Amino acid sequence: MADLFAAESATIGEPAINISIFGAFVVVTLIITFRASRNNKSAADYYAAGRNITGTQNGLAIAGDYLSAASFLGIAGAIAIYGYDGFLYSIGFLVAWLVALLLVAELMRNTARFTMADVLAFRMRQGPVRTAAAISTLFVSLFYLLAQMAGAGGLVALLLGVSGAAAEALVVVVVGALMIFYVLVGGMRGTTYVQMIKATLLIAGALVMTIWVLAEYGFNLSSLLGGAVASEGQQVLEPGAQYGVSNATRLDFISLALALVLGTAGLPHVLMRFYTVPTAKDARKSVVWAIWLIGGFYLFSLVIGYGAGALVGSEAILAAPGGVNAAAPLLAFELGGTVLLGIIAGVAFATILAVVAGLTITASASFAHDVYASVLKKGQGDPNAEVRVARITAVVIGAVSIGLGILALQAGINIAFLVALAFAVAASANLPTILYTLFWKNFTTQGALWSIYGGLIVCIGLIIFSPVVSGSETAMFSNFDIAWFPLRNPGLVSIPLSFFLGWLGTKVSKEKPDVDKYAELEVRSLTGIGAEKAVAH
Amino acid sequence: MTPPNERKLLTPEEYRAAQDSPEFTELRRRFRSFAVPMTVAFLVWYALFVLLSTYAGDFMSTQVFGNVNLGILLGLGQFVSTFLITQLYVRHASKNTDPISDEMRTRLEAHEFAAPRNEETPRG
Repeated sequence: MADLFAAESATIGEPAINISIFGAFVVVTLIITFRASRNNKSAADYYAAGRNITGTQNGLAIAGDYLSAASFLGIAGAIAIYGYDGFLYSIGFLVAWLVALLLVAELMRNTARFTMADVLAFRMRQGPVRTAAAISTLFVSLFYLLAQMAGAGGLVALLLGVSGAAAEALVVVVVGALMIFYVLVGGMRGTTYVQMIKATLLIAGALVMTIWVLAEYGFNLSSLLGGAVASEGQQVLEPGAQYGVSNATRLDFISLALALVLGTAGLPHVLMRFYTVPTAKDARKSVVWAIWLIGGFYLFSLVIGYGAGALVGSEAILAAPGGVNAAAPLLAFELGGTVLLGIIAGVAFATILAVVAGLTITASASFAHDVYASVLKKGQGDPNAEVRVARITAVVIGAVSIGLGILALQAGINIAFLVALAFAVAASANLPTILYTLFWKNFTTQGALWSIYGGLIVCIGLIIFSPVVSGSETAMFSNFDIAWFPLRNPGLVSIPLSFFLGWLGTKVSKEKPDVDKYAELEVRSLTGIGAEKAVAH
Repeated sequence: MTPPNERKLLTPEEYRAAQDSPEFTELRRRFRSFAVPMTVAFLVWYALFVLLSTYAGDFMSTQVFGNVNLGILLGLGQFVSTFLITQLYVRHASKNTDPISDEMRTRLEAHEFAAPRNEETPRG
């Protein structure tokens, strides 16, 4: 979660090895995507992989979807440089899964078909709520996509030895084109397989590095920490290296912690993964698998991060072309030379590809299913036309994110900022409405709209007036200053406000809540009656 | 939103009857009696950890053994509690809520909640 990889000509390792490992991943996943596409017939196939993915497979795919390049390179780097404060990120990202497990996953699997809006609009006026949910889905997905695309360009520049604006832009175009291809041909099933392969490679790669680092220190955590202290000083074990500077940074950290823990269960691409399994029990099983895999991975990151601090040292990391994000690749090089570096680099590219494919299919499904089929066609459209619209939307979203990704990369926009923004928007615009819809009998359409639009507008508005956008040396625009909001992450204000607006909007609305639809929602969500069935092939 | 041919299966009256039934009240109670207190508990524990890390740096830097300090241990404790709550929830669901929800689903599929109310098989 740190600054974008700087674009410099220096590379580490052997670009040929990096390229060939990445190429092998692309070839294998393309073959699997083609095979997966043979079964893509209906909308349920395209959006939800026919609901035939098993709980275990889906758990792996969720881990593949969730562990983005920001997680892998960013957290290890943050731990290597800031020590303890980097560790705090991974805790927030993990604990957040309990919200999904206990309150959201099974209930949503039982009541939705394809998108988050299926649940949010269930007992409300369809048109306005679906439109609002689709807009917020598009915003969250686009911010997340931008971060990944910008990261891809920077990472490739670092590891493949290409440099210069044109070459980086070309890399973003190639990544975008591959992503569009996976989504168009493979649909949700192909995307799921790509994510499963990627999660396996990523977790295995991290495990190898973890064991290797621990072996250097006689499998003793205390000696590893001692190594990090010897290299960087005692403060790497203590809180505050990054966020303890002033009262504003402390509040900022609390704001970030809130956005992280409440954001996950509102991320549309995570929610959509719950619909790919046959039953709510499989949804539960997939979250349980995801929690163990993601938790295990973050424990590995702790060792990798402190290992990089101890064995590579923060000076060498910060001097490398990728800056803080180079910690894991540099540690791989230190441990296993060019081969291990090549593997880790290949895995990092694979990570970005799998995550962008998942985001694209979510955003395209939301537009086609919620806006086109339900709002524009009032649910009377042809399902085949809907899937066609979803495919066209995937191409448009891919093209837009290629364009914006190139701009973000060249403007040097911080990846961490974009990912944290996606979490903050998800926690502000989506989670309050999801929880009210599932658990509050009197919740109304007006409450839902106030909460979604209020959360979205306040969240993005506060970011525009934050020090991230203007007024400081490190801001996106340092030449003017409209920053009156002191925090870099808006969650501390926007999330409680969105909960409040959902309550207020409901209290002041004149419409009566739909008791019949609430009975249907509640009975369906807890018993699974009427839940969408798996497609038989 | 279910397609019309599937939604015809159950009427709003059946859903209302099922929602009002004693077994559904029990199912909801069992679901919420685990999920709600546990959510409050892990959020409080997480908030405590975040606040201690932010405002009690000296306390978190207390060395426990070797180079391992309280902050690292409490951080690892967040992992342990997350894994533990996950497994507790799985056990709670399969023991306490799944049997009721499976039984109710079967009965709903057989339209046993259609009027007149079928009172013969209440089960808790």
